[in-house]
Amino acid sequence: MTINTEMPCRVTAITEVAEKVKRFRFERIDGKPMPVFSGGAHVVVAFQTDSGLRRTPYSLMSVPGNTSGYEISVLRVEQSRGGSHFLHDRLELGDEVSLTQPVNLFPIDQRGKKHLLFAGGIGITPFIAMMEQMQRDGETFELHYAIRDRKHGAYWQELTARYGSRVKLYVDAEKTFIPLDMVLGNQPLGTHLYVCGPGGMIDAVLGKATALGWPRPNLHFERFLAPLPGDAFQAVLARSGKTIAVGTHQSILEAVEANGVDAPYMCRGGACGQCETSVVSCNGQILHNDIYLEPQDKASGKKIMICVSRIKGEQITLDI
Amino acid sequence: MNMVFNNETFRDDFTFRNSPRGIKRFPFPFHEDKYMYAVNMEPHVPAGPSGHAYNAPIDVDEHYVSEMRDRARVLKEDPLRCQALPHMMAAQWDTLELLMEQKVIGFPDLFSLTRDGDNWHWINKPLGIDQRFVFGDVTTLPYEPMEYITRQAQGDFCIVDQRDNQLWMDAGMVTTQADWSLDFDIGMNFMEWHGPVPLAHQIGVFDRALKFLLNLQQGKPVRRLNWTMTINPRLDTSPENYHKWGTDRLTVTAENVGNKVHLRCELQSLWRLPRSNAILFVIRCYLLKMEELVTEPKWARRFHRVLRDLPAELIDYKGLTRYRPTTVEWLSRFDDGKPTSPGIFPE
Repeated sequence: MTINTEMPCRVTAITEVAEKVKRFRFERIDGKPMPVFSGGAHVVVAFQTDSGLRRTPYSLMSVPGNTSGYEISVLRVEQSRGGSHFLHDRLELGDEVSLTQPVNLFPIDQRGKKHLLFAGGIGITPFIAMMEQMQRDGETFELHYAIRDRKHGAYWQELTARYGSRVKLYVDAEKTFIPLDMVLGNQPLGTHLYVCGPGGMIDAVLGKATALGWPRPNLHFERFLAPLPGDAFQAVLARSGKTIAVGTHQSILEAVEANGVDAPYMCRGGACGQCETSVVSCNGQILHNDIYLEPQDKASGKKIMICVSRIKGEQITLDI
Repeated sequence: MNMVFNNETFRDDFTFRNSPRGIKRFPFPFHEDKYMYAVNMEPHVPAGPSGHAYNAPIDVDEHYVSEMRDRARVLKEDPLRCQALPHMMAAQWDTLELLMEQKVIGFPDLFSLTRDGDNWHWINKPLGIDQRFVFGDVTTLPYEPMEYITRQAQGDFCIVDQRDNQLWMDAGMVTTQADWSLDFDIGMNFMEWHGPVPLAHQIGVFDRALKFLLNLQQGKPVRRLNWTMTINPRLDTSPENYHKWGTDRLTVTAENVGNKVHLRCELQSLWRLPRSNAILFVIRCYLLKMEELVTEPKWARRFHRVLRDLPAELIDYKGLTRYRPTTVEWLSRFDDGKPTSPGIFPE
């Protein structure tokens, strides 16, 4: 049985916050309060485009206890599948979208004595909500925020004004970079580390922390993967007896949904594990783009995360 | 709905009993004539015939006032039945909010909650409580938030924190338990606190259940039923008090089965909490005397068959060894061998 807890919402504010970054505010059409959420949570935003319904996850950046509306910030990505282009170029005030309940795959560890945050570019968004929450709860934190240049960087003025010296800003264009050795090498016991940003930055921070002997449970990261475009192929849904086409700019999950079949999902970013699907057969090569499956699962060819992974070949048969 | 609350005891003279309506609403835990462990979780949405324990996601019944009196006595004798690790304060407030909200939704005649920003006004009519407090400010309540609200809510409550792809038993109010101890289990993870359960580990039940729960979503609570048996209607069958109840199991005779032997059902519900990202695990205990159970012919036939054919490991783990033969013999009088209908509800 599927319980529909999606919330029909309207766009009630669109704000340009930096070069190529816009903030969107959503409020419920039925006038009810939004659910309270925890810092680090995301929602999946569903919106109608010319090529059908799209669902994309975005971190919530509004104040977690504020139930009047939710806010997200979106970077216009050049090599995207069109989600960020649509939000930037087409979505207007008053338009309707649908939001899922919040899901948190990047929560604050409540035991932390201190919280050390590393943000790169648009990766700042979950931290904005997390810092609000930590400020409210009297937690100790500091933010190391790297941006390309001051024009492209979002919210650095506001964050500096609100949190003062707890925010350290680094600007690529000005040749200032996070001194990882110094920052990671000098933290009190019980410090938890959080990183969200480009893949290279996440790898660098986690790699350095691991090399310095940080315990694994103290390292937290959010690495959202957008489904990569690829070749079109066919998916046979064994249980529902349908054969569907998966387009070049479509994930298997999106194609399944477009054909009226209900499949479980949460993050739509290859991280949560909810859409794990058994592969009955495949006459091509599975391109695993997720960070959920264990290497041996990927090698077995028996499992696939249909939100981000696809195949190079003609046909895959799935247990859906 | 007009609810009359029983004045009854769960110790000493054991005056607990179910009214005819109380029997009908019992969450009978067997959907077929046999039992084995399974990941038997389903969405926790209102269900069942009118008046059933499944009607309201946080149930209140005729035993409410007396159960809360018993909980207060347990806590007075052993304050460690209620514990919360320091990092669980946000989850405590989440729990208070959820239980207050659900009680008001389910039983608007009995409870009310008025909010003006963080200034809240809570009225609990059955217990005669009228409390104004500031949400988020511990100093405005007589107890910490979890203890405050779970002294007013039937069932045991565990709040499990989610970290490192694991669930951790980091807070709880546990006074109506089937022989396990919060004081012993606090701080343990999901696999550790389920360590003693036989058979289920081998068939992968806990691996699957953990994976499922790590993905539990806000707004989509789930439930499952668990069961055991208890001699005398005693809520507090804790390891701490084993010396008080363990020997009860030697007192069952063919003559007293109907009144002394109880089916103990746990309606377990799990809720993702919004502020803390923790999970609230509600373990609501319902007791049903054998003489009450057999008033429903379907349940009488089915429970006789379940108990008769139960795997040896489960008989041992659930502590039924001593009195099961006597009980099966007594129940056999109510089993004419006719087929039973699927599902848990009475026919």
